[in-house]
Amino acid sequence: MELDFSPVWAGWPQLLQGAAVTVEITAASLLLGCVMGLLVGIGRLNPRNRSVYGLCTAYVAVIRGTPLLVQLFILFFGLPQFGILLPAFVCGVIGLGIYSGAYVSEIVRGAIQSIDKGQMEAARSIGMSSGQAMRSVVLPQAVVRMIPPLGNEFIALIKNSALVSLLTIHDLMHEGQKIISVSYRSLEVYLAIAVVYFVLTGATTLVLRHIELRLRAGGMVQ
Amino acid sequence: MTTQPASPDAEPIVRIRGLRKAYGEHVVLDGIDFDVQPSQVVVVIGPSGSGKSTFLRCCNGLEEPQGGRIDICGRTLVDEGRMLPDRDLNALREEVGMVFQSFNLFPHLSVIDNVTLGPRKLRGVPRAEAEAQARVLLEKVGLAHKAEAMPASLSGGQKQRVAIARALAMKPRVMLFDEPTSALDPELVGEVLQVMKVLAREGMTMMVVTHEMDFAREVGDLVVVMDGGGIIESGPPATIFTNPHQERTRSFLQAVLTRA
Repeated sequence: MELDFSPVWAGWPQLLQGAAVTVEITAASLLLGCVMGLLVGIGRLNPRNRSVYGLCTAYVAVIRGTPLLVQLFILFFGLPQFGILLPAFVCGVIGLGIYSGAYVSEIVRGAIQSIDKGQMEAARSIGMSSGQAMRSVVLPQAVVRMIPPLGNEFIALIKNSALVSLLTIHDLMHEGQKIISVSYRSLEVYLAIAVVYFVLTGATTLVLRHIELRLRAGGMVQ
Repeated sequence: MTTQPASPDAEPIVRIRGLRKAYGEHVVLDGIDFDVQPSQVVVVIGPSGSGKSTFLRCCNGLEEPQGGRIDICGRTLVDEGRMLPDRDLNALREEVGMVFQSFNLFPHLSVIDNVTLGPRKLRGVPRAEAEAQARVLLEKVGLAHKAEAMPASLSGGQKQRVAIARALAMKPRVMLFDEPTSALDPELVGEVLQVMKVLAREGMTMMVVTHEMDFAREVGDLVVVMDGGGIIESGPPATIFTNPHQERTRSFLQAVLTRA
């Protein structure tokens, strides 16, 4: 058997375009995921606020307990039954963002809970409200601790984003499949796609490591 | 149970009646009555687990007592389990400074930012003005040269002095010290006590939980001995240290003083 990579070279611009869409959709979902994760993570800090805590806990349980592909299909194929027709890209971002938010919320909650209780007490003791203390004292320290696990989440999200190719979004995976459908060179094209994903996740890892080292050097992380 | 009689000319700045606190079944404070006069330095001593820290933490609402009443700086902090509403509680805490055993400096902020955070965020003091005031306070605790340093680079004694400056920045009327030197290496204890002595001399009202008996003897106006969640004895240091009434006080003092 012989490998023939010529369809990959010929389709390279197409693959790069797909990679750009993958980056866009991942970045947008991560942003949404971080906002959701921050709100839900904070909502799960105080079980005494029953309704907020219950709602947030249910969200995390449902999203983590069902397949991402099913969630995406519900958004894209299910909602139109109610007349809600969202563009594929929007569905992809919302689906991935909501999915990622559940995991980010656990990262947020863990990081906040890892900050010494004395920090909140010290802030309260000079007269800050719990909200002010959270914003000025606890969160800035917690964010630093969120970076390594958020990096993992970002990488998982890049890889999971391949699923949105099934929503007709022209991401890296989708572009690759288009090349396969005319060249029948599955192995070569899938290998090429794997390499591009690997480059994307590798670059993310390097950037995050750089950020972490800088924070460490600045004395922000012990 | 001894209660310090209020001197006729002054309203007590802290007035505690029947204070009761329990964690589940475990009673930590069992009916404490106590007054602190303005400018008085009250030193609270007693064996560990006697409720000293909890008592102090009740005085700025970090702990919620289930029973009794605390009036402090002209406000009723708690009355039979009803705490002051949050907004008033925050305002009250600005007047009641607290220094913790483990310093609790904000590690992501420089020394000067630690000191200015409260005045800037809570009182809206412009940065330049807040920093000028903070430098005066840092000068006072002997750390003006560390203003730009990060807390991680300071010794324990320096951290605690910054923590004192941070509390003073809110211009409190009462200062609470919760074992301020217990986490320090022995050679660093003196520098912190020195700062506290200066504060006492300037007339700051202070409640100090400590194991430093020399400090209690030298600086305290009133020594309060706690055991088993109650005040077993209180009086001027001269009386408590030389001629305590209670046997439990005697055995506690014997244990600490022979150790030192």
